[in-house]
Amino acid sequence: MSNEWQPRIVAFFCNWCTYTAADLAGVSRLKYASNTRVIRLMCSGRVDPQFILDALAKGADAVLIGGCHPFDCHYAEGNYKCLRRFQLLKRMLADMGIEPERLRLEWISAAEGEKVKRVINEMTAAVRALGPLGIPQKFAEWDKEMEQFTAHVQAAEALKAPCAEHAPTQEPAHV
Amino acid sequence: MSKPKVAFYWCASCGGCEETVVDLAEDILGVVEKVDIVLWPVAMDFKYKDIEAMADKSITATFLNGAIRSTEQEEMARLLRRKSVYLIAYGACAHTGGIPALANQFSREQILKFNYEDAPTLVKGEKTRPLTSFTEEGRTVSLPALHNVVRTLDQVVDVDYYVPGCPPTPKITRAAVNALLEGKLPPKGTVIGPDHALCEECERKDTKPDKWDFVEFKRPHQKLMDEKCFLAQGVVCMGPATRAGCEAQCTAGGMPCTGCFGGTSRVRDQGAKILSSICSNIAAKEEDEIDETLAGIPDPVGTFYRYGLAKSILRRKMNLPTNP
Repeated sequence: MSNEWQPRIVAFFCNWCTYTAADLAGVSRLKYASNTRVIRLMCSGRVDPQFILDALAKGADAVLIGGCHPFDCHYAEGNYKCLRRFQLLKRMLADMGIEPERLRLEWISAAEGEKVKRVINEMTAAVRALGPLGIPQKFAEWDKEMEQFTAHVQAAEALKAPCAEHAPTQEPAHV
Repeated sequence: MSKPKVAFYWCASCGGCEETVVDLAEDILGVVEKVDIVLWPVAMDFKYKDIEAMADKSITATFLNGAIRSTEQEEMARLLRRKSVYLIAYGACAHTGGIPALANQFSREQILKFNYEDAPTLVKGEKTRPLTSFTEEGRTVSLPALHNVVRTLDQVVDVDYYVPGCPPTPKITRAAVNALLEGKLPPKGTVIGPDHALCEECERKDTKPDKWDFVEFKRPHQKLMDEKCFLAQGVVCMGPATRAGCEAQCTAGGMPCTGCFGGTSRVRDQGAKILSSICSNIAAKEEDEIDETLAGIPDPVGTFYRYGLAKSILRRKMNLPTNP
């Protein structure tokens, strides 16, 4: 194993089609990039947009959703619900500064083990080209301004502690 | 027995929350009788150094409204936390970020540049920016610095209770004050208010269909006169993803809910939840048609996170610089 950065992709696969296809890919001994962590859900319609945001916020570089083809959903309508959410969420992620390529939706039937391989390989390459998303690191970077300020306040307090009444200059301006 | 000490403080907010305290009307006299107000900058004259001189935990409760976005606000939040037994995030800004948190879509440079250089109301060419310190004739004056990120109160200090709303209603304020005075406090971290969706108390609820089947989204002014459920009319209403407790004043008054009470306790991200709910109810099944319908929501971040961007899962636009 080299030490180069590896993308981390969280995949939500529906129980009836795409997860079964991933199983088929495994049984067929197809080789594909090992960057994807698959989470099995009963339906792509169960993919709450909160799950996607949470995966990204906890360090995933991208999210892949796999569901049954149109007209093929085990629960009749779940994949359409997923598609509609996906289309607005993708636009919203772009507004939040996250590249649309980091969210992908694919219809993969239980017979399409090959497609699992192709999609995961393609997505891994695309995300590798984009580089890390690194949201947890961003949160830490953003909150540095509070650490800096805390240090500043503590220093100011230490300074005025012995002569509390004579050190008004460090106080914030307020009238 | 001495009266419990209470403080009111404001940070990045509009003053509407202070207004609600006054909206308690004659009830405020009962409150004032039972407590000692030790800090209330909007209404009474106190000095910060009086608060600094108090013993830690000597204030029974501080009601702090407003988001935290400057060094001064952060310092006051920390000071009041230290001095208070209970710190209460009062109003949407302190609770979930509120309107000021929409600034989390822009960098500090973009904000300062627009407001001090490019805004059409400014004298062209002056480009006067605020300085954090300025020396003239040997005297230095200072101003607080603006943070890069707008934060909720609980992203800065530990918070005991939340009073939601933009602004909180007098009824909810009264409930919080009474709980405090009677010592009937809920578990720490509770949002004071019912824990179900706004639709439950909306008078338009009876006209809410099981399925909305949106074909287009309308703006409120195109549908104001109809008394049916807003979503049934294709107007984006945050009701299904928003906590009740406001007595549905907006929907009763002819405007859809914009979500100021935040989500219920089961909701982690209010915007993601309403996106989920609304999108799943679009009638179209083809990508192009879905996009056509969704074109009626031109600004999903501003619509779904109007009061909650700071507290959302993503918090802030990801590709913005953070300058020291």
